[in-house]
Amino acid sequence: MAVCIAVIAKENYPLYIRSVPTQNELKFHYTVHTSLDVVEEKISAVGKSLGDQRELYLGLLYPTEDYKMFRKLHNSFTDVMCNPFHNPGDTIQSKAFDGIVSGMMVQTG
Amino acid sequence: MENKPIVTCAGDQGLFTSLYTSLAQQLPREPMEWRRTYGRAPKMIHLEANFVQFKEELLPKEGNKALLTFPFLHIYWTDCCDTEAYKSTVKEDMMRWQNSLRTHGSADWVIIVVETNDTKKKNKTNILPRSSIVDKIRSDFCNKQNDRCVVLSDPLKDSSRSQESWNSLLLKLRTLLLMSFTKNLGRFEDDMRTLREKRTQPGWSFCEYFMVQEELAFVFEMLQQFEDALVQYDELDALFTQYVLNFGAGDTANWLGSFCAPVRSWSGLLLRRPIDMEKRDGIQRGEASLLDLRSYLFSRQCTLLIFLQRPWEVTQRALELLHNCVQELRLLEVSVLEGALDCWVFLSCLEVLHRIEGCCDQAQLAANCSHTVGLWAYATDKLKSLGELCGLVSEKGPTSEDLNRTVDLLAGLGDERPETGESCWLVLRTPALSINDFKKELSHAAMEMYRAIGRLRSARLVGKSLAEFYMRKGDRERAETFLQEALKSYVSEGWSLPVTHTRKQIAECQKLLGRTEDYLQTSALLAGDVNLTTEERKHFCQEILTFAGKSGDHSNKVTLSMGVFAQLTRLQFHPATASVHSGAILQVELTLRCLMPVSVHIQQVAASIHFDVDHGGTHGRSKGAQRQTNPGTVEFIQGNSSAGPPSSSAAGPSLELDEIQDRSPSDNSLNSTGVVCKNTHLIMRRHDSNSPPDTPNCVSPPTVAMKEGAQMLKVQDVKLEPGNNSIIFTAPSGQPGTYTLRQLCATVGQVQFVLPHIYPSVQYEVYSQEPQLTVEPLSEPLLAGLPQMVKFTLLTGHYAVKKGDALQLSNTDTMPILPSTSCTARTSNPAAGCVLSIQSSDKVTSISLPPTPPYHTLEFQLEVLCIIPSGEVTLLFDNEIIFKQKTDLMVKSLCVCPQMSIDCPWSIYSTLLALTFYIPFKTKHSLLSAGNRKYIQVCVQNVSDVNFTLAEVKLTEKQHASLELQSLNTKEQQLLCSKHSVFCLWEVRWKDDLPSCLQCVFSANFSPLNQDVSAFKPFHYQFQLERVTTLYSVRAEILPPAGEQHCRSGFLCGLEVCITRLTEPAEGEMAEESKTDTDGLKTTKLMYEVADSSSNWAVCGKSSGMVSMPMTANATHKVQIEVMPLFAGHLPFPKIKVLKYLPHTAAVAIQPDPDSCVENDSLSLLDKTLDDQGDTASIRSRGSVHSVGSGDQQQKGVAMPRLEPFSPGQVFNHSHARQVLVLPATDDHIMEVNAT
Repeated sequence: MAVCIAVIAKENYPLYIRSVPTQNELKFHYTVHTSLDVVEEKISAVGKSLGDQRELYLGLLYPTEDYKMFRKLHNSFTDVMCNPFHNPGDTIQSKAFDGIVSGMMVQTG
Repeated sequence: MENKPIVTCAGDQGLFTSLYTSLAQQLPREPMEWRRTYGRAPKMIHLEANFVQFKEELLPKEGNKALLTFPFLHIYWTDCCDTEAYKSTVKEDMMRWQNSLRTHGSADWVIIVVETNDTKKKNKTNILPRSSIVDKIRSDFCNKQNDRCVVLSDPLKDSSRSQESWNSLLLKLRTLLLMSFTKNLGRFEDDMRTLREKRTQPGWSFCEYFMVQEELAFVFEMLQQFEDALVQYDELDALFTQYVLNFGAGDTANWLGSFCAPVRSWSGLLLRRPIDMEKRDGIQRGEASLLDLRSYLFSRQCTLLIFLQRPWEVTQRALELLHNCVQELRLLEVSVLEGALDCWVFLSCLEVLHRIEGCCDQAQLAANCSHTVGLWAYATDKLKSLGELCGLVSEKGPTSEDLNRTVDLLAGLGDERPETGESCWLVLRTPALSINDFKKELSHAAMEMYRAIGRLRSARLVGKSLAEFYMRKGDRERAETFLQEALKSYVSEGWSLPVTHTRKQIAECQKLLGRTEDYLQTSALLAGDVNLTTEERKHFCQEILTFAGKSGDHSNKVTLSMGVFAQLTRLQFHPATASVHSGAILQVELTLRCLMPVSVHIQQVAASIHFDVDHGGTHGRSKGAQRQTNPGTVEFIQGNSSAGPPSSSAAGPSLELDEIQDRSPSDNSLNSTGVVCKNTHLIMRRHDSNSPPDTPNCVSPPTVAMKEGAQMLKVQDVKLEPGNNSIIFTAPSGQPGTYTLRQLCATVGQVQFVLPHIYPSVQYEVYSQEPQLTVEPLSEPLLAGLPQMVKFTLLTGHYAVKKGDALQLSNTDTMPILPSTSCTARTSNPAAGCVLSIQSSDKVTSISLPPTPPYHTLEFQLEVLCIIPSGEVTLLFDNEIIFKQKTDLMVKSLCVCPQMSIDCPWSIYSTLLALTFYIPFKTKHSLLSAGNRKYIQVCVQNVSDVNFTLAEVKLTEKQHASLELQSLNTKEQQLLCSKHSVFCLWEVRWKDDLPSCLQCVFSANFSPLNQDVSAFKPFHYQFQLERVTTLYSVRAEILPPAGEQHCRSGFLCGLEVCITRLTEPAEGEMAEESKTDTDGLKTTKLMYEVADSSSNWAVCGKSSGMVSMPMTANATHKVQIEVMPLFAGHLPFPKIKVLKYLPHTAAVAIQPDPDSCVENDSLSLLDKTLDDQGDTASIRSRGSVHSVGSGDQQQKGVAMPRLEPFSPGQVFNHSHARQVLVLPATDDHIMEVNAT
């Protein structure tokens, strides 16, 4: 059940964030932000172990009784980044990306 | 572990009792390898057993699947060694034992025969061989199973034999036990699987199955196989979870109904007992609620994990479990009392933490707080919501409704259990004060732990909730600290929504704290925050305006950062050069993007200016301080004040580079050069990760102080609308110098918004300029000899032209200023008058100027005429006229540069101005001879772009009146087109003697084409011809070979050169170049040379030679030379040159003149063709300008014998341009064709 999808830049600011129950947007923002702790932890752990760095899926990021959060959505993100008019580091405003995100939310949630 | 596998003992109880201790001790001593079915890895296990007396009731009845009470092995003990006794009693007893086992289908048994020496001794007489009793038993009972009967010898003796027999017995027992386990467990597992496969059948019950699988888990636990036991529970867990998920997906199982019952008890996990029998019974009865089941399951998992020394997995699983339970209850739509789950979760968290603390020491706990912190935070969270629910945290205290709820919740906790419920009881029962302390403690603990494990964001989130709590408790200062910290983190990472939310909380906090300045700053930020609704933004904006509107004393003024209120986006100068002369109007247009949601009335916008006196005197040229593409416009790149993505700032400001050159002060030579980065302070700051990216983002406002500059740009009463606003300042431009804009300040009542530093720096220049007068031709090029228009441009600079001011032009003869009636001036000031009056006197032309204000342009035109110098020698050294030969190869044009001297009213010095006039004509002359007759040719070439009419062409000779120059020109008027030439010819006639030197003046009138006669201007050209008289005639003949009529190519011919003296020697000639021969005859030496430049002829023998000519008329000298024609056809005669030969004896030691040496280089002249003669003459004539009679000097100047050419008219060549027919050689039948 995808209720919130966020793409975060490596400097930890949101490139894209969207959630389905819009009235709870703020809470999602807080949650996503806090989950960056775990992301950082996991990423640095990957770097240390030099293990399978191709494993992009980081697993459960933030323990919450309400939702489970995952990190996904790489292909579409790659598409956005391949757009020659997209300036890496800018917030994502692609309609196609938006559409795919909505699709994921509708399909599963 | 109390539970051990049960082993029954039958037979001689006394015997068993005597051996029990050592048996029970020794059995687990050695491990055994347990081979497992289903490919499970073999394990080494230590076997223990619970030896009980055999009773028939112990044997499991049909269908009883209990494993814990299952006897895995049956032992029959006997020490019988008497055959009789065996037969009479023991055998019977054994038979009975065997039968009862068989009826229960138990095949796991063993008979132990104990032998002692004592018994042997006792019954010596009846003794059978030792083996016989055993053999008997074996034959009676162990049909094909000989290993089912074991002998134990002397068990109580300490001998090697006894030890050996003990060992073999133990090994046997262990083997048999394991076999029994494998068999019985295998059977059990199969049954269990079968049962599980039936789960789709309607009557299937999870609780039943649970009991079965748990039995297995118990056995594994009993065997100390905790891993296996855990697996059983995990399987159960997974199965249940799957069912709940299926339920969520609409696939309902009947048995789940019992779990959907409303939750009545929420007393939390109970982890202290290994088995919570109370809950287990509930499950067995099918009465357990979901929480009961989960609690029991987890308590078992927890127990096993702790056995396995994995306490941290407990915490992790606990958190998952708690989240999961909450979700499952929601999924199953179980009705739960509000707050009950919070209670359960809170208690459970504490219970888990308590349990973990119980099995770990403090150091371990501290090292692993990353595992426990989640629970702490969760507990904190739940406690918070509980507190809110029960009204414990509100300042008024709980309402009656809250109290009712509390009572309900307490009921759900069930019996008061001191060891678990304590904290929750405490929480709910104690007054608000203590719960708050408790909560505070929990929060702080969680925060500390998060911080310790580096999860700063989580710590801040907890901190934020703590802040909310403090806020409610009225401890706002503490709350603000936490909020600020959280805000900092959100801002630095660009999370706009949390930033807005936190900022709102801070604003509330600051308002209550009465920190006006901070509050206004935050309000301003919020008022400009797009994440808020317009109403909210308006509210915060109004807060500022309300404060601003308060009439307070001036000390009360609040200074805020401009960035939160409005952004300076653009600055534009009018005019764009940002550089004006002093006193001129310079406007500065600011574009301010107002971030407020409503329009704001500003009392004053002011920009302070720093003034530098500019000593450099750059005279208004912009120094390129603003290097924008749009001149005069400065764009300010914004560090976004609200927390957008910091992408733009992440890239950093672009480098601003400048070239630096280090020059030596003494001679201005370049010492070093380099590139310097002007904004290092900004770029380097980026690398400092600790510093906040943008000052306006900081909630504590930077200390902004408005520096009172000496000069300010001010605009009063401006209304700033939301969005871009344009404000126009009129900049002061009194003093010349550089003005730098430093700060910007907007004042709204009591509030000042200050932009402390305008960057990139913006400056404009005010300059002062000296008056400048320039004179330039109206059309290029200026032609001499014709009236030409010249434009005077006067830039008044700082000088104001007053009435009566006049320019005084000193007249020159070569360039008179033509008076003109219609002379007006044009000024850039339309209001000024434009009447120009010109008054000329002998010396001075005075031009009175119309009054003109400073920094204006005054233009007027004058007609001037440059008189063409006639080329007379005396004029060439005139100071004012310089002849120049233009290096332009195409048009070898002469020009004159007369200088004007102008006295200006603003200066005591005269201004010297030079104009360049081009002479439109180039004139050449040449002397042509035909025997004794002489002709003078003048060529006038028009080098200008204008077409002229040439009229009244005239040539006069000044000195010799007797001389007559007869014009051979027919036309009165000649058209002389641009770049074309006109040739005029005169024959020279004389009566007595031809003078050797002629002073000629060529004159003509010219005017541009199609103009009337009055426009004709005279043109003069003076030149001098020397040595005009023909001295020698040269006549050449080519004689065909003897006997031939014509020359043939390849055959030698004779060339006869006949040089004849035509005149008596003149006086000068006698003196200068003759010498007297020994015989008294005056002779002069000539050199002749036959040169064929076109390779038609081969000269055989000497091609040149000396001839001594007597200096009398008609003296003739003939020279015979053999030449050979190389080609057939009409060949021109080879050229014959005659030169003066000057022997070295004639030399007189005079300083040699290298210039003339070069000029008269005879060898170079040898190559000159006759066509060039005219040109040579003109060069000579010009050359002679430098020094009269230089030829004489140079002859004497050189000690070597020299050759000197004759002047063009002195030698007349009769055979010039003659041709002779040459026939081809007779046998020349091959024709050569050269194609090139």
